Amino acid sequence: MQATRFTGTDRYVATDDLMLAVNAAITLSRPLLIKGEPGTGKTQLAQEVAAGLSRPLFEWHIKSTTKAQQGLYEYDAVSRLRDSQLGDDRVRDISNYIVRGRVWEAFACETPPVLLIDEIDKADIEFPNDLLRELDRMEFFVYETRELIKARHRPLIIITSNNEKELPDAFLRRCFFHYIRFPDESTMQRIVDMHFPGLKRDLLKEALQVFYTLREVPGLKKKPSTSELLDWLKLLLAEDIAADALRESDAKKQIPPMHGALLKNEQDVHLYEQLLFLNRRNAR
Amino acid sequence: MLVRFFLALRSAGIPVSTTEFLALLEAMQARVASHSVEDFYALARLVLVKDERHYDRYDRVYADYLKGIQTSFEALAQGDVPADWLRSKAQLLLSPEEQAAINKLGGFEELMRQFAQRLSEQSGRHEGGSKWIGTGGRSPFGNDGYHPEGVRVGGQSRNQRAVKVWDRREFKNLADNVELGTRNIKVALRRLRRFAREGAQDHLDLDATISATARNAGYLDLKLVAERRNAIKVLLLLDVGGSMDRYVRLCEELFSAARSEFKHLRQYYFHNCVYESLWIDNARRHQQRLPTTELWRTYGPDYRLVIVGDATMSPYEISQPGGSVEHWNEESGARWLARLLSAFPHHAWLNPAARESWDRTASIGMARDLLAGRMYPLTLAGLDQAARALTSQ
Repeated sequence: MQATRFTGTDRYVATDDLMLAVNAAITLSRPLLIKGEPGTGKTQLAQEVAAGLSRPLFEWHIKSTTKAQQGLYEYDAVSRLRDSQLGDDRVRDISNYIVRGRVWEAFACETPPVLLIDEIDKADIEFPNDLLRELDRMEFFVYETRELIKARHRPLIIITSNNEKELPDAFLRRCFFHYIRFPDESTMQRIVDMHFPGLKRDLLKEALQVFYTLREVPGLKKKPSTSELLDWLKLLLAEDIAADALRESDAKKQIPPMHGALLKNEQDVHLYEQLLFLNRRNAR
Repeated sequence: MLVRFFLALRSAGIPVSTTEFLALLEAMQARVASHSVEDFYALARLVLVKDERHYDRYDRVYADYLKGIQTSFEALAQGDVPADWLRSKAQLLLSPEEQAAINKLGGFEELMRQFAQRLSEQSGRHEGGSKWIGTGGRSPFGNDGYHPEGVRVGGQSRNQRAVKVWDRREFKNLADNVELGTRNIKVALRRLRRFAREGAQDHLDLDATISATARNAGYLDLKLVAERRNAIKVLLLLDVGGSMDRYVRLCEELFSAARSEFKHLRQYYFHNCVYESLWIDNARRHQQRLPTTELWRTYGPDYRLVIVGDATMSPYEISQPGGSVEHWNEESGARWLARLLSAFPHHAWLNPAARESWDRTASIGMARDLLAGRMYPLTLAGLDQAARALTSQ
């Protein structure tokens, strides 16, 4: 018997409401729409859910040029034309030239799969509308072969969005929605513990303090996120920087070591330096 | 069951539909969540609320429903809190000693009662200080301030100590969205599309290939065409500063929608009226200027000119040399505008000011005359009309 409830994995800390969201989506087999700041682990969620429930994962990454049809199937007319020139027998059967998309593969899967539709907001604004029936009834029609494809097992569909475009209401109505909040300090501590089990307590404490102070700097173009914190910690460990060094470089007075891992935009670094300068002048 | 909750959500302005409500009941029947209050909170939010901007409202409705407290929500909503109060200008950072020194006011009810009371007493913008509602102060009400039991009004939570968040600004933004969200703008702008095949021929033209192959006695003859692209080119001139500040958000939405719709989109900025130079980057308007004459040297007459501005200024700024409020202009704004319009025969002016006020403002009338009536309000209908005017030959 496969696991039917998701409880996080040993590489991924899921908060209670996120677990509830995933489990509700599994039980009622509705698509789950995940939003959140970049770097809060939206895409990773699908991978970890698939791993945690030991279900196969199908990933469909959306680009600005992706059409909804490409997820279902594509008719490869060029190969068929070429084959007809070569007198290949396959040419008589059109179904030989229907190329399955990720959604079809997920529908055809023998065991209940997980389907990730990644960054749906990147596509054209009509893209979500073109997938309504597929998400709702979990079926679609292949016009070339006059065949109705139905999902063998309703897949758990996880959709991520970065809020670049607004999604249509009809689409939203069919989904469950969860907004991954930026982790608070205790959750962050759990996440870091999971990734760096040997990290010294005092270093972690200082590092988190620097990190959260940095996040509160007003006007940053890109606030550092969890994945950036993890990268930064990795660098601190590799460079063997002691906790006192961080303490001395109290984020309000001095730019922290290896700040390039946290601030990814030269305007942000510039802004931060200016703020520090002001702070120092005021302190004097 | 829960119908009152559902209706309360709707009346709070969260767009929940019956299907979603039924889905919630289904989820409860399937025992997705345990019966604790927290789990139901998370479950109902998951199923019913589809936008993180509504989370805050949902929280309030939920608390209200749960405790059966009639918050003074309605009463508060009637006293209009002007948004510019809440625009955060200063962030007050207090030392721990100072924070400790601020005493807590009574309980939650006391806080809400006082809030309503002060709202009715106060009649102006307020910043800093420790009694009135405003930004950056130590009064328990307002934004960005510090008080151990504060009620946050508008803006982002920074100190995260508000007992209850009453975020007025979210409602305002949302009301705007209903009228003219980026999605709506995009749909309206789509009218401006005119597809044309340009560039490398890399797409298989199936119909042409079939007929060419048939004519070729069955021997395959592949025909390729270039990909269809939107061939419309747009030149966007945006009025910034002064009276336009009120419409900045609206213009930003228009701009962000326009950027993703067109391949060729150039934007420049001006203040009130177009004169001999425009600026390229609004932040560095004095360093980076572009002579207006460069505009028609660089861009051909096939560019569609869209001017966004409220055209609300002193009539002299249009009609007289030297009328500009920022510098001495040798030639009047009207002459520059006329040159610009003749260089770009496809043009339209989008005006965010309310249509009713147009007849009352002399400068709007003058600008409309110059444009031969091609001025449209910045609403969906206006955008639609403008798009039609721009595409007609």
